Amino acid sequence: MSETVYEVMRSQGITRRSFLKFCSVMAAGLSLGPAYVYDIARALETKPRLPVLWLHGLECTCCSESFIRSSHPLAKDVILSMISLDYDDTLMAAAGFQAEACIDDIMQKYPGEYILAVEGNPPLNEDGMYCIVGGKPFVEQLRRVAAKAKAVIAWGSCASWGCVQAAKPNPTQATPIHKVLTDHPVIKIPGCPPIAEVMTGVITYITAFGRLPDLDREGRPKMFYSQRIHDKCYRRPNFDAGQYVERWDDEGARKGYCLYKVGCKGPVTYNACSTIGWNNGVSFPIKSGHGCIGCSEKDFWDNGPFYKHLSNLDGFGVEADADTIGMVALGAAGAGVAAHAVLTGIRKPGQEEGQDRPGDKGQG
Amino acid sequence: MRRREHGEFLTAPEDERGSFYVYEAPVRLWHWINAGSIIALAATGLLIAHPFPSLMGEASHHFLMGDVRFVHFVAAWLFGGGFLVRFLWALAGNTYSRELFHLPLGDRSWWGSLAYEARWNLFLEKRARKYYGHNPLAQLSMFVFFVLGSLLMILTGGALYAEGLGDGSWADRLFGWVTPLVGQPQDLRTLHHLGMWIILVFVVGHIYMAVREDIVGRQTSVGTMISGFRIFRK
Repeated sequence: MSETVYEVMRSQGITRRSFLKFCSVMAAGLSLGPAYVYDIARALETKPRLPVLWLHGLECTCCSESFIRSSHPLAKDVILSMISLDYDDTLMAAAGFQAEACIDDIMQKYPGEYILAVEGNPPLNEDGMYCIVGGKPFVEQLRRVAAKAKAVIAWGSCASWGCVQAAKPNPTQATPIHKVLTDHPVIKIPGCPPIAEVMTGVITYITAFGRLPDLDREGRPKMFYSQRIHDKCYRRPNFDAGQYVERWDDEGARKGYCLYKVGCKGPVTYNACSTIGWNNGVSFPIKSGHGCIGCSEKDFWDNGPFYKHLSNLDGFGVEADADTIGMVALGAAGAGVAAHAVLTGIRKPGQEEGQDRPGDKGQG
Repeated sequence: MRRREHGEFLTAPEDERGSFYVYEAPVRLWHWINAGSIIALAATGLLIAHPFPSLMGEASHHFLMGDVRFVHFVAAWLFGGGFLVRFLWALAGNTYSRELFHLPLGDRSWWGSLAYEARWNLFLEKRARKYYGHNPLAQLSMFVFFVLGSLLMILTGGALYAEGLGDGSWADRLFGWVTPLVGQPQDLRTLHHLGMWIILVFVVGHIYMAVREDIVGRQTSVGTMISGFRIFRK
């Protein structure tokens, strides 16, 4: 922990010029002005590296896969040098008791100073027996490590919302970590997986400024999650113009029109895909001609289908969304009213036997 | 024109005749503006959910969805703003202007008349009762379907509007909290759709009952919302 980020990077052969480039990229990525480039550089030159304990619960490792593919040419080196990744059972050389000993070591040496990064979530059913790490339920490890953490980062939709293992009926009772670590502030970085630059950006921010970035109502960093895919989508002009892909093989699809009608979830999904892109900014789902499936939103697995922009609702049979249900209800109301009108015509309420209207027996 | 002092609940005597001024001008004006805004909101809302067939050519040559959404937002201001003004008028206006927002649940005779109206509509009563204001069944359905339905639409619609205006906007500060409350943005959309159908079902029932009252009841109904006068028949 005595080494600074900059020292570690130089020792790995990264030039100062490249280091400053990285600082510029990060400042831009964090929506900061050019003046902050030097703040970031100074912080990385002077501050010791952050010890990070990266725990894995119920997950698919797609967050790790995304993270180690940080697109900026230097990012892999920079990020892995910026933090002192002291425990990550997927990436570390040590295994077994040695690996587990690293956790105790860091917790004793740096209480209140290390970052806990959580990929995946704990299943709570059967006392947490559906996910065992080091011979104990993962939820116990999570609670133990969180107790002395400076901050807790929830990587991905699993840790943030529950994701696929928490989809109905959620047999293992997989639970997002903020519901387990109720007395810790948890910063959510949802996505399945989250964008690599978003993950590195958050780590850079915490390293450089020594605090968590501004969070929105849901606990997501505002700099990456304050706008919908739809708001910055390059196909938004087609949406506003009324130009849509009606079918996957039609003229609109070839021309790259808006995918709203084939179920794009861009209008209901907060993420930075349409600005940052994936794989070194090469593309993102909509740019590749497929609608957004809303993977960074809560319970997106249960808000299907992926190819309709209105969800199906439970309890109304197959393929019933709000509009089909509403249409049936309105039809029933119309039919009810018509039947009532016919009955009214037959029964003639308000008219007594043999009485004509307007009556002549007025009592006035 | 005769005026009367009434109690909290406003059943008219069996032999009541003549005309009474019940719906003041702001109430009537609001009613018809509101009716128009609901038609516009439902039509444009359906077009946002199920847009017209795709247009071809340059995107810069068209602004169809943009225009549909613009009409939706203008109508939403009339609907939401109108609802607020109507609520404030209930504080200033006459007794009848409060009936929309206030159910006299503590009044036993109100419950009795509610049961009577239910029986009347099930053809179990032979004579229609007379009311200066709303009959309890109408009042209850207006409150449940229209008032609560409108609140649902204003809250979910405001939160959807906040998504466009963005984080920290006035709409976000006013309505942004609704989204996490109901789940996530997709759930918000679903609720906004359901709310429209609740209000449309109400509209069907409301128009039918109002016209039916004019025909088989013993008092004016549709005309009252135009002229303001309730005219009783024998």
